[in-house]
Amino acid sequence: MSIPSEQLIILAILLPLIASVLIVFAGKSPNLREAITLITASIVAFIVVTLAIRVQAGDVPVLELFEVVPGITVSFNIEPLGMLFALVAGTLWLITSIYAIGYMRGHHEKNQTRFYASFAVAISAALAAAFSGNMFTLFLCYEILTISTYPLVTHSGTAEAKRSGRIYLGILLGTSIGFQLLAILITWSVAGTLDFKQGGILEGKLDPAYAGILYALFIFGIGKAAVMPFHKWLPAAMVAPTPVSALLHAVAVVKAGVFTVLKVTIYIFGSDFILSSGASDWLIWFAATTILFASFIAMTKDNLKARLAYSTVSQLSYIVLGALIATEMSLLGASMHIAMHAFAKITLFFAAGAILVAAHKSEISQMKGLGRAMPVTFTAFTIGSLSIIGLPPFGGMWSKWYLALGTVHAEQWILLAVLMISTLLNIAYLLPVAINAFFAKPADGSSYSKIKEAPLTMLIPLSLTALACIVSFFYPDPFYNLAVGAANGGGS
Amino acid sequence: MIESHLSLLIVVLPLLAAPVIAVLPNGRLPWAVSTFVSWSVFYLAAWQLMNVSSGNVISYELGGWAPPWGIEYRIDAANALVALIVSGIAALTLPYALKSVIKEIPQKQHALFYAAFMLCLTGLLGIAQTGDIFNLFVFLEISSLSSYALISLGKKRQALTAAYQYLIMGTIGATFFIIGVGLLYAMTGTLNMADLSQRLPELYEHRTIHTAFAFIMVGFALKLALFPLHLWLPNAYTYAPTVVTIFLAATSTKVAVYVMLRVVFTVFGFSFIENTPADELFLLLCVMGILMMSFYAIYQKDSKRLLAYSSVAQVGYMMLGIGLGSMLSVTATLVHLFNHALIKGALFMAIGALIYRVGSSRLEHFSGLGKQMPWTFTAIVIGGLSLIGVPGTAGFISKWYLVLAAIEQQHWLIVIVILAGSLLAVIYVWKLVEVLYFKQTNENSQYTSQQTHSKEAPLMLLIPMWVLVIANVYFGFNTELTVGTAEQAVKLLLPSVNQ
Repeated sequence: MSIPSEQLIILAILLPLIASVLIVFAGKSPNLREAITLITASIVAFIVVTLAIRVQAGDVPVLELFEVVPGITVSFNIEPLGMLFALVAGTLWLITSIYAIGYMRGHHEKNQTRFYASFAVAISAALAAAFSGNMFTLFLCYEILTISTYPLVTHSGTAEAKRSGRIYLGILLGTSIGFQLLAILITWSVAGTLDFKQGGILEGKLDPAYAGILYALFIFGIGKAAVMPFHKWLPAAMVAPTPVSALLHAVAVVKAGVFTVLKVTIYIFGSDFILSSGASDWLIWFAATTILFASFIAMTKDNLKARLAYSTVSQLSYIVLGALIATEMSLLGASMHIAMHAFAKITLFFAAGAILVAAHKSEISQMKGLGRAMPVTFTAFTIGSLSIIGLPPFGGMWSKWYLALGTVHAEQWILLAVLMISTLLNIAYLLPVAINAFFAKPADGSSYSKIKEAPLTMLIPLSLTALACIVSFFYPDPFYNLAVGAANGGGS
Repeated sequence: MIESHLSLLIVVLPLLAAPVIAVLPNGRLPWAVSTFVSWSVFYLAAWQLMNVSSGNVISYELGGWAPPWGIEYRIDAANALVALIVSGIAALTLPYALKSVIKEIPQKQHALFYAAFMLCLTGLLGIAQTGDIFNLFVFLEISSLSSYALISLGKKRQALTAAYQYLIMGTIGATFFIIGVGLLYAMTGTLNMADLSQRLPELYEHRTIHTAFAFIMVGFALKLALFPLHLWLPNAYTYAPTVVTIFLAATSTKVAVYVMLRVVFTVFGFSFIENTPADELFLLLCVMGILMMSFYAIYQKDSKRLLAYSSVAQVGYMMLGIGLGSMLSVTATLVHLFNHALIKGALFMAIGALIYRVGSSRLEHFSGLGKQMPWTFTAIVIGGLSLIGVPGTAGFISKWYLVLAAIEQQHWLIVIVILAGSLLAVIYVWKLVEVLYFKQTNENSQYTSQQTHSKEAPLMLLIPMWVLVIANVYFGFNTELTVGTAEQAVKLLLPSVNQ
């Protein structure tokens, strides 16, 4: 491999964009169109893995493209946290692409060309966000990500999709323009720079008394992190086809949100400044409330995707909480949770999609006994659930472990209790789905003998991600190393 | 040879072309001549901007009479930028006009239409170029009278009342302006703007000067449709022929904002304004205008009227920059002047393409057209995002500077209003996008049959539209021309702040 890392960054961002154009032109021939998606996704996965290896070896690629207004550039700069996010998004895109082909064809969806094209643009934006070298670039990618996913959310074109699209765009654009942009502008006018720097750029320039307000503008302005009361867009987005919910609304889009929160915490404010100014003291309770409330709401949802969506809202606030506590352990846990939650949640969504395609069922109450007809799917679902709960031997344990340690180090006993209660709630809303599927009998006495497993193109991806949940317990090193680098504030 | 007469040629070329075009036979010839003229003028304006972009000033004496007695054309970065906008939009609108005009205006009026268009162009360019305040009034009347005629050519009968309404309001505005100019002349004995700025400071306390200022401000507030003097604008934009709407929306109010800048900063000087209630009044009217007009836009059922109300709101952003009166804020005004011309030009061209195919500008008749006209639809999405001010578009750059200017002066209310205005823009832009994107299920209007056969708009409409759309993205990333020129202009407009 002799291609410089700087060019790999450009390739990782440009290839999906080029692919989306090619996909539009190949629209008449579905096989060619899917081949373009798969080939691009493979190359991109290869690139991010290569980059991840180099970054762990100490490579710090920096790429400045051009200056927009004096002092503000579009630039990319890979540090461990961004690499972690890109690694997760880039590799899971390949797996999701395989799954999407099975799902979209099995479910006879319309407008598939538009679907694959928008999907590729969204991935490009997510990768660009991961590699952003300053807050302006990140904000730019954040907005492109919002807009490129709108056609995916409203894919079905029904009245419900239209309504959900409004909520989706209204909250995401509204918070980002109303709060986040304002926060960025204030940061710029106070600090005179928007670059991500180790230790932050605000310390000594911003009156600590105002730090809390600015930090709140960021946290609520990053609507993609779904901190209550700006979480409604995520359940609304579930109207999208399942591959979208799986990759975008469990991984790329939502993780772009919490990733931005972490970036702001570590590289704009700096964890020291957060702790010394007490900027996050009152925001912590929003995150804690979100963790618990979203779990409670998840328990009341009978629609499987809706339940998973609220579970995601709750899990995202784990990461936000980790950022807000701002100790080394909590940042480590939060960073790792980006990866661990991604593997677990995408498995759960893949399973939900497989159930929809194979058994045409979306309500949990109708899935009793279905496990015997679809053992692979429900085994994967069980593994995903256990990883979310945070039990060994599943990857989810590590991130929860470090998050909990973070609360202990900060002596935030109430928050530790919140994490523990939340774990119990996870058990309460996730495990019954799997248990009933395997051991209960169908409510109306009908049998599922005619229902078979979903097609292989769906089974293989969901088995792979379930496997990733287990492997990441025994071999968390790639993610752990990157997360340590992130928690230390940039130096790996 | 040409270079020394550059500034005058820009105005004289379309002026001379107008009578020639008027006597040409109806057909394609009038269009071809006016397109050629507009491209030549655009070329000259770009040349002119290059000459002044480094900060120097061109002074051209008309007929060799030395200023302040003779008329002087005094070109700095601000004039040159506005002249570039006006001529650039004209150069793009005219290729677009060919097909659109054939569809909307009876053939026997084509030659007259293009002649009036050239006169309107002359007037707007003249306002931008001249350094003489009475000469400015003359060009103002040329542009206004020709736009009344252009608007009245609209297909619907309401076009006549819209033009008449504009005529009354515009005439009142022009009268106020000339009364103000008369008072200034009575006090100072000069009409040259540079000369006025030298003589006025010693007369600052004089009541006549304050009266003159008030008359000029109100007069031009009418022309630029500053809330609440905007009543003529929505009707004029809605009922005028599409091409006229595109041209006026992208240039006419921009030129009026430029005059405000010139009068406030060059002629009177901001130190004078600060001692009058005018700057606070501007801020108040802008804030009210941005919020109320954005709300109005949300409730419109006609696409042209929706964009028209949005234009009134956007005028508020530009005037905010004047009211704040700092280097940053005036930069924001000039940048937004340029960017908004691109935004509204692109959006009205896209709406025009829809009208070309559907024959109506009502939103309900656009239902589901996005699929049949993907290029037009994409243009509306990108133009709309730029209007909202999403990063990566020109509109973002304007908002960026404007909000920074407000933060700099700790005007938090204004910061909130600007951002709230963007959020309201999200709603009205997305209303348009949604209609095009989703198909309506129960449809029984007469337009259904036409709609199912609708194809993408012809290339003659698409190319100018997409030039503007690409410009919207380009100037969102490269601001050398917009911000660079604006900063040069501001150095000359606000010399006191500079030192």
